[in-house]
Amino acid sequence: MIWVFAETVDGEPQPVVLEILTKARSLGEVEAVALGPGASRAAAALGAHGAGKVYVHEDPAFRDILAVPAVEVLAQLIEQHQPELVLFGMTYDGRDIASRLSAKLGTALIANATDLERKDGGIAVISPVFGGTLLVTTVARAKAPALVLVRPKAFTAEAANGAAAQIETLTAPPETGRAAARVLRREKEQAAGPRLEDAGVIVSGGRGLGGPENFSMLDELAAELGAAVGASRAVVDAGWKPYALQIGQTGKTVKPLVYIAVGISGAMQHTVGMKGAKTIIAINRDPEAPIFKLADLGVIGDVHKVVPQLIQEIRARKRK
Amino acid sequence: MNVLVCVKQIPDPNVPGKLDETSHRLVREGVDVVLDPGDEHGVEAGLQLVEKNGGDVTIVSMGPPKALDAIRKALSMGGARGILITDPALENADALSTARSIAAAIKGQPYDLIICGTESTDGYSGAVPGQIAELLGWPLLSFAKKIEVSDGKVTIDRQTDDGYDVVESPLPAVVTVTGGINEARYPSLRGIMQAKNKEVKQVSIQDLGLAGTVGKDALTQAVVRVTAAEARKAGEVIEDKGEGGKRVADFLAELKVI
Repeated sequence: MIWVFAETVDGEPQPVVLEILTKARSLGEVEAVALGPGASRAAAALGAHGAGKVYVHEDPAFRDILAVPAVEVLAQLIEQHQPELVLFGMTYDGRDIASRLSAKLGTALIANATDLERKDGGIAVISPVFGGTLLVTTVARAKAPALVLVRPKAFTAEAANGAAAQIETLTAPPETGRAAARVLRREKEQAAGPRLEDAGVIVSGGRGLGGPENFSMLDELAAELGAAVGASRAVVDAGWKPYALQIGQTGKTVKPLVYIAVGISGAMQHTVGMKGAKTIIAINRDPEAPIFKLADLGVIGDVHKVVPQLIQEIRARKRK
Repeated sequence: MNVLVCVKQIPDPNVPGKLDETSHRLVREGVDVVLDPGDEHGVEAGLQLVEKNGGDVTIVSMGPPKALDAIRKALSMGGARGILITDPALENADALSTARSIAAAIKGQPYDLIICGTESTDGYSGAVPGQIAELLGWPLLSFAKKIEVSDGKVTIDRQTDDGYDVVESPLPAVVTVTGGINEARYPSLRGIMQAKNKEVKQVSIQDLGLAGTVGKDALTQAVVRVTAAEARKAGEVIEDKGEGGKRVADFLAELKVI
């Protein structure tokens, strides 16, 4: 039996959960575990994407305390039902829960999966390394279940024509006695435009922009294109943009139709997160920048000249 | 307060890495190794906390004897002492062995806070911090873009997709930091000189009482194949002679984006 940890927010499964279910059902029978307030509302979508059964626990502790209550309940359920494999989305919470759980159970934790296959009766996990230039296949050697963290966007979510999932509701209060990391409040930072994960077009900036103030040029370009704004690691490390916008190995994987890299050299760290884009456009001063080896269209030039002209040009064409 | 910062020595991330095709191990010979740039933010975060609250920062790493260089770099930034867990049996160890070794190396010592980067730049699984937290029974406050410590509690701003969550726990705790949390300081010349005389304790798995339970005797997973990924083909590259922006606009029009 393959299990999928179905991370939900207010009863909505995270997109990566439906992506994973779609893949998991091609590998065997699938069940899901959904924890937190509203989790039972997620059961319909989980069933539609291939879960035959959903374990649901609605306790608010799963929402309010990081990882530990989920780890306790998952460990109990795993002991009881002995799944062969547990798949998690590689999200902030997914990673915390899976890593704690692997230490608790003494099991394998294989991260950054972008594909899974049946191999010699077990499951082999494929992950990209070195900026996606190499793919390594890893198998678990420890006792079951292997825990696997799957990168978002590795698979495309598709509903199956299955029966509705059977729901098993759990009610025993989760263990929270240990020192807990508790969420005191949630702050939303207003961002214009679509989320990186959902955007058809992404405009992404790197060190070549010269300074944080020059990002406004990209914000403007993104607004004209209805695009989301992303950033390279160099820019996030320098504090110009928050980590949530970082695209790359350390950061998000995106697969937009069009990716416009501005002042980004194309270090491996970055390219692993964006080389799945359908079309890549690069603007960079350095003709040797590795990003030009990936780009469908590359412009060698000063971003401070090319980008303003591009914005002007888009505006002019819109007026026509 | 006593802060422990976990660091890792990695192949220079600016140089394309290679795997040995038969052993499936990272080729380390002839490759420059550096303190993981992500860990510099962890060291900086630790230093800022003790500068404000008193105490000092201990640096711990697991790796080959050469990993001492990474510890020295962190000490030159301002760490007080180091612990290097090194043992031939730990070569190619997985994350759980790393976490078990670090947890054992600090057992019984009065650390208030362990700081790690969110993930290493080379392996990027991000598993070790959560595993250490679980083995110690401590809370994990992850993806911090801000840390504060007061009254026996640690509070962080935890990165989310659309903002941040304010998360608090009692000490001791494990915190992971994102790149944006600070700008890491450069070691001063004086710092570099002083680091040479700072104590770095080297411990083996025998010393930690872990023989047979970590490293190659306890691998939870194995790499069975390495293949080259399909490469993307380069397209047209033009030099901007005053029309570069227009060319991009034309291309976007062809793609029906505008």
